[in-house]
Amino acid sequence: MSEQVAHRISRRRLTLWFWGILFTLPGVLGLVMFTAYPILASFYYSFTSYTMIGRWRWIGLMNYERLFKEDPEFYNVLFNAVYLVGFGVPLGISVAFLLAVLLNQRVRGLAVYRTLFYLPSILPSVASAMLWTWIYHPTNGVFNALLQYLGIVGPNWLGDPAWAKPSLILMNLWGAGGFMLIFLAGLQDVPQELYDAAMVDGAGRWAKFRHITIPFMSPYLFFALVTGLIHGFQYFAPVYIMTGGDPVRSTAVYVYYIWENGFFFLRMGYASALAWILFVIIALCTIAIFGSVSRRVYYGGR
Amino acid sequence: MRGAAVGKKLVLSRRRRPLTFWFDRGLIYTLLTGFAITFSIPFYWLVSTSLKTKPDIIAYPIVWVPQTITFEHYIGAFTYVPLARYIANTMVIAIASVIGAVISNALTAYGLARIDWPLARPLFALFLATMMIPFAVTMIPLFIVFKTLGWVDTYLPLTAPAYFGNAFFIFLLRQFFLTIPLELSDAARIDGASEFQIFTQIILPLTKPALATVALFQFIGAWENFLGPLIYISQRDLYTVSIGLAMFRGEYTTEFGPLMAASTIMILPVIVLFFFTQRTFIQGITLTGLKG
Repeated sequence: MSEQVAHRISRRRLTLWFWGILFTLPGVLGLVMFTAYPILASFYYSFTSYTMIGRWRWIGLMNYERLFKEDPEFYNVLFNAVYLVGFGVPLGISVAFLLAVLLNQRVRGLAVYRTLFYLPSILPSVASAMLWTWIYHPTNGVFNALLQYLGIVGPNWLGDPAWAKPSLILMNLWGAGGFMLIFLAGLQDVPQELYDAAMVDGAGRWAKFRHITIPFMSPYLFFALVTGLIHGFQYFAPVYIMTGGDPVRSTAVYVYYIWENGFFFLRMGYASALAWILFVIIALCTIAIFGSVSRRVYYGGR
Repeated sequence: MRGAAVGKKLVLSRRRRPLTFWFDRGLIYTLLTGFAITFSIPFYWLVSTSLKTKPDIIAYPIVWVPQTITFEHYIGAFTYVPLARYIANTMVIAIASVIGAVISNALTAYGLARIDWPLARPLFALFLATMMIPFAVTMIPLFIVFKTLGWVDTYLPLTAPAYFGNAFFIFLLRQFFLTIPLELSDAARIDGASEFQIFTQIILPLTKPALATVALFQFIGAWENFLGPLIYISQRDLYTVSIGLAMFRGEYTTEFGPLMAASTIMILPVIVLFFFTQRTFIQGITLTGLKG
């Protein structure tokens, strides 16, 4: 009898394996072809002089040596990327959080505000880059016209190395609505009883915000920080369209430099080395955030 | 009944509302109005520029409300560059990749969420981990592969990968599949339905909103994709809207009228889609926003 049962169980198990493999096949194939293979291949290419045209060979650590020791542009693009992420991501999260908190105050016309704040974040980046190039136009742009009403003579935003990066950050704030929507969903999940209880205890607005809202929202803030960082390091299209990395390479970000090396100078081996360093940086940052912040993230007893 | 009671309570509390309440409301609406104006100005600047005459566009000080409205830039956008062609090209790519994304991600997510086999969890974790990998890292080897296959200057590199799953969509759909009671599948299994029949006849019909979200995001992603077409497409008549627009900018740097008209045309499908599918959109965003 038990043999029969065992037989049936193993058959059941086999069917589950069969269906499991069959259903996940597209995704697993994709994982192998479009993620695993390219990552390993780019690691391999990073030790070669691959150029797409002509002969190439194994050159060991030469790409990495050159990158760290002889290429000041590597440090420049890294600095630019870190600048944009370091200022842009926290600012973007702050604006999104402020908007979400405002919209969570039982306001009239919530849907209208929500749509207006969210829409810019889903616009094609090429179109918004075109638009902002025109907004930042030194003489005919709307931004400097508005500043003029305040008595400020605005600079040539995208043409001035001191202002080009802040201009990009400001433009990105227009697209902060994606995070806002996530935060808003989170805020609506904070139990009202907690606020009521806190009010009975005589807690002020700030105390409630600090001790109820922030802890409850920490998983959402954490999520935004990690995804903002990963996306921030991959910034590309606006730079390509608005500045081409200029003035004086002040907006050349990391992925832009990878693109230049790989597809403009056709130094694909070198570009692969650059790409791998980016991969390591993103992985380290993510792990660091997980390590330092996740202890302070409150998951509501889950 | 209940509504009336709530209404009464509201009236009562309104009378007793302290001054700080009105101060708060005032502050909230002032801030919201400020943000609303700030967020609207770029939209206004985009559309108004696209309708202004050339002298109005380069006028100093700037013209807020144009006296004459012209559609010449829209005509220009379609004649300086074959914008209609680019739109058609992008549509082909977008539709082909939407079909692929819906099928492949639904299958994969189902295998991870509703089939109880030992690899379901580790595989899911693996998919999640790949979300961290920047496109820049895989871009060069993929280009070399597609170039070797002779796929450069075809739409295959931009559509074929969509048929093999995407970590973000797998995550989204898996979360959704998990909310459907397992008893539904069990009942069908007892009735002798195969796993594939359960998938197509019971689970998929319940998953329409999530599938719509995937279709929507994939469409917008394909519509706005820039780096992909930039790398793979060099023939002009194969251009997508995004690179068509970028090349146009390269050639006519100062022609902001047609540029704004073309940009308006490019954002239009996204805005229209958003208004028709707002619910799906917001659901999708909040579903992936770390719920469950």
